[in-house]
Amino acid sequence: MNLTLKIWRQKDASSKGQMVDYKVTEISEHMSFLEMMDVLNEQLVNSGEEPVAFDHDCREGICGMCSMYINGEAHGPDRGVTTCQLHMRMFKDGDTITIEPFRAAAFPVLKDLVVDRSSFDRIQHAGGYISVNTSGNTQDANAIPISKHAADEAMDAATCIGCGACVATCKNSSAMLFVGAKVSQYALLPQGQVEAADRVQNMVAQMDLEGFGNCTNTGACEVECPKGISLDNIARMNRELIKSSI
Amino acid sequence: MALNSKVPKGPIKDKWTDYKNHIDLVNPANKRNIDIIVVGTGLAGGSASATLAELGYNVKAFAYQDSPRRAHSIAAQGGINAAKNYQGDGDSVYRLFYDTVKGGDYRSREANVYRLAEVSANIIDQCVAQGVPFARDYGGLLDNRSFGGVLVSRTFYAKGQTGQQLLLGAYSAMNRQIARGKIEMFNRHEMLDVVIVDGKARGIIARNSITGEIERHSAHAVVIASGGYGNVFFLSTNAMGSNVSAGWKIHKKGAFFANPCYTQIHPTCIPRSGDYQSKLTLMSESLRNDGRIWVPKNMEDVLAIREGRKKPTDLSEEERDYYLERRYPAFGNLVPRDVASRAAKERCDAGYGVNATGEAVYLDFASAITRYGTEQAKIQNISNPSDAKIYELGQKIVEAKYGNLFQMYEKIVDENPYETPMMIYPAVHYTMGGVWVDYNLMTTVPGLYCIGEANFSDHGANRLGASALMQGLADGYFVLPYTIGDYLSDDIRTGKISTDSAEFDQAEKDVKERLEFFVTNKGQHSVDYYHKKLGKIMWEKCGMSRNAQGLKEAMEEIKALRLDFWKNVSVPGNANELNTELEKAGRVADFIELGELFAKDALTREESCGGHFREESAEESGPQKGEAKRNDKDFAFVSAWEYKGEPADAVLHKEELEFNDIELKQRSYK
Repeated sequence: MNLTLKIWRQKDASSKGQMVDYKVTEISEHMSFLEMMDVLNEQLVNSGEEPVAFDHDCREGICGMCSMYINGEAHGPDRGVTTCQLHMRMFKDGDTITIEPFRAAAFPVLKDLVVDRSSFDRIQHAGGYISVNTSGNTQDANAIPISKHAADEAMDAATCIGCGACVATCKNSSAMLFVGAKVSQYALLPQGQVEAADRVQNMVAQMDLEGFGNCTNTGACEVECPKGISLDNIARMNRELIKSSI
Repeated sequence: MALNSKVPKGPIKDKWTDYKNHIDLVNPANKRNIDIIVVGTGLAGGSASATLAELGYNVKAFAYQDSPRRAHSIAAQGGINAAKNYQGDGDSVYRLFYDTVKGGDYRSREANVYRLAEVSANIIDQCVAQGVPFARDYGGLLDNRSFGGVLVSRTFYAKGQTGQQLLLGAYSAMNRQIARGKIEMFNRHEMLDVVIVDGKARGIIARNSITGEIERHSAHAVVIASGGYGNVFFLSTNAMGSNVSAGWKIHKKGAFFANPCYTQIHPTCIPRSGDYQSKLTLMSESLRNDGRIWVPKNMEDVLAIREGRKKPTDLSEEERDYYLERRYPAFGNLVPRDVASRAAKERCDAGYGVNATGEAVYLDFASAITRYGTEQAKIQNISNPSDAKIYELGQKIVEAKYGNLFQMYEKIVDENPYETPMMIYPAVHYTMGGVWVDYNLMTTVPGLYCIGEANFSDHGANRLGASALMQGLADGYFVLPYTIGDYLSDDIRTGKISTDSAEFDQAEKDVKERLEFFVTNKGQHSVDYYHKKLGKIMWEKCGMSRNAQGLKEAMEEIKALRLDFWKNVSVPGNANELNTELEKAGRVADFIELGELFAKDALTREESCGGHFREESAEESGPQKGEAKRNDKDFAFVSAWEYKGEPADAVLHKEELEFNDIELKQRSYK
């Protein structure tokens, strides 16, 4: 198929950006979206132009590095996938596709489609861990039984890949689904109880400091999340936060 | 220079404990004055950074991604082995040790593997304490599954995302130390050289990928944890950015590179669909428990299927060749990875591949669905069930077992694997070879360490499933933090290492010149053009089966490609900005050099072992005819290569492998 691409080009963090039109031809429906971008970039390199910079790495939907806003949706029109797993069969010949970076005050653009998500890391530094030394002298792994239900729920929260689609899609640029998932994982496990109160307070404080917006329960984050992280995690985080203040 | 593996004396089961008891330590006050650089933040680098920082060292950690959490360890699906014997099925440290040495086709170092098995149980305790949500049974205790090549259930898992959860565990331990200021994290930084001062590793030159700035970083020791080099094949299951550069740079500065030709080619990956393909996706090994692998018996059917005139489901049982069941009646579809991969290649080379590229075989679940459906009908007391009913019941069981994999397949290929067989083909997945290290995990350069997939030590010529995660974390959490102290105890009076020295000047100058070359050389071909060419040579001549003539040709062709690359490569943009083509150019330049050494290593190893199959070294008669033939008399050694200017001039050093605790045997799956 032949396509028109409208892509955000921005030289660096301090420059102004703009949308630029490109044409690609003979795109196979079996290509992934990023392979289509590879074709465009090969075309640009061969004509001596600078390729479009975009983040990507594992290309199997787990590293959380890829991050495009395609036709107004984080990770594009398919559900439950990251951009690297989006396939061109979701588009038709002659389509015009708009490709922008994830946009949020806390995710400044570095170049073209590459954004800085280190705010997510800083939230994790504030409390996204259990304070246990890696000495190998901890108790036996089976010393504390954990109900299958709690373990499974913790696992569901822990599958977050930290891509930032929740923030990009939220009209308030809220990071509550991301933070809620981490808070929930530890809140659901006995090992996380000791520091639960400090953890939720510190992580939420850092989240606010980074300039993420608040949650107004529109639920767009849950819809766009490639890993299906549920809104329940936000509710649980709010509960943990209230609990920690009494 | 003679290789000294520094394996401690004494019975194998006491070696590590005795060694730890007598090793030199650094007191806590002195650790504050010692800096350590860790390159790479996957399971090995992440866990090492966290533990070294907890001990009190000042750690500087480097990742090319935007966060340590993105390292490719995250993509591991199946699980992690540990000799916990929670299932009471007779597992022990010895059995895990034995399975790993045998699985590696007797080409690994016994003492290292025993230590790995010994610390494996600690890993699980540690991860649970960190909040890793492993799968549990209804009683609340940890669940296990079984993997290929073993007779016990010792694999711990977190759904199909075990690597992700373990990496996030190590990342959380890092975060705690970043918050304490003990780890300084350098994201989006790539190491471009190591700096050696007075014969010791004392720092690195790194490039900030956002600004393009070249930075000097000094330390008392440098740890390389940069993963495997499967991307030398261009197409692999590795991440797009996975590269050999850190390992290759230190090789060029004196670290020996061991067994580069030992590559694991995984049999169940989604086949390539066209020339635009950028990477390959793995489907878990567990699928071979229920899937039957076949190609059509008759060439007319192959052609009819390729042209779309026939569907695979149109073929009767008699018209199908279940070649693994035919060739290996005892193990059938569950032969080890290397055997299954070679058998698929054999059929496709003979022209029986079932997709347009001719490189695909079927993995069929119809028998399993019918078998499970019939069972279910009995259990549910359904008399005379229709075929459709049986299929419906069976499909539910298969969905419960492999649902997420089937869904992933459908997303990528756009075919429903419940209705038509999956298509699979082998793909490069893991590299057992890597930088040579001694028992301390130190390379041949003092103060320079190498851990995880980047080193060579534990998997021999073939790695067993669920052992990569185990090794990464064992090295980082439990081995390196001890052994590095023995070296650093001599450095407590050294003081801060200055970056203002002739050695740093020279290393920085070399790095800058190379970058400048790339952006000013207005050649005709993109970096990917060369990477794809290299991959094609590697796959065709250094892939699943190798012969002397092909390997000699590969060495010539790769050398010619290298010369062309340095004349005609084109990199747009500048060096002082975010420039993804420039990053790729440096990596591909190193892959090309490694490729040549890889072929040379494969050429000199005139035996077949594990993932390395030499056509000249196959059984000629008897029931094992055509199978791999290992040669313990002449090749029971590690090939450690010393750099001498051109990859082809590398000098071979042999570390003889001694097997005192395990008897060498042939692997048979007939």
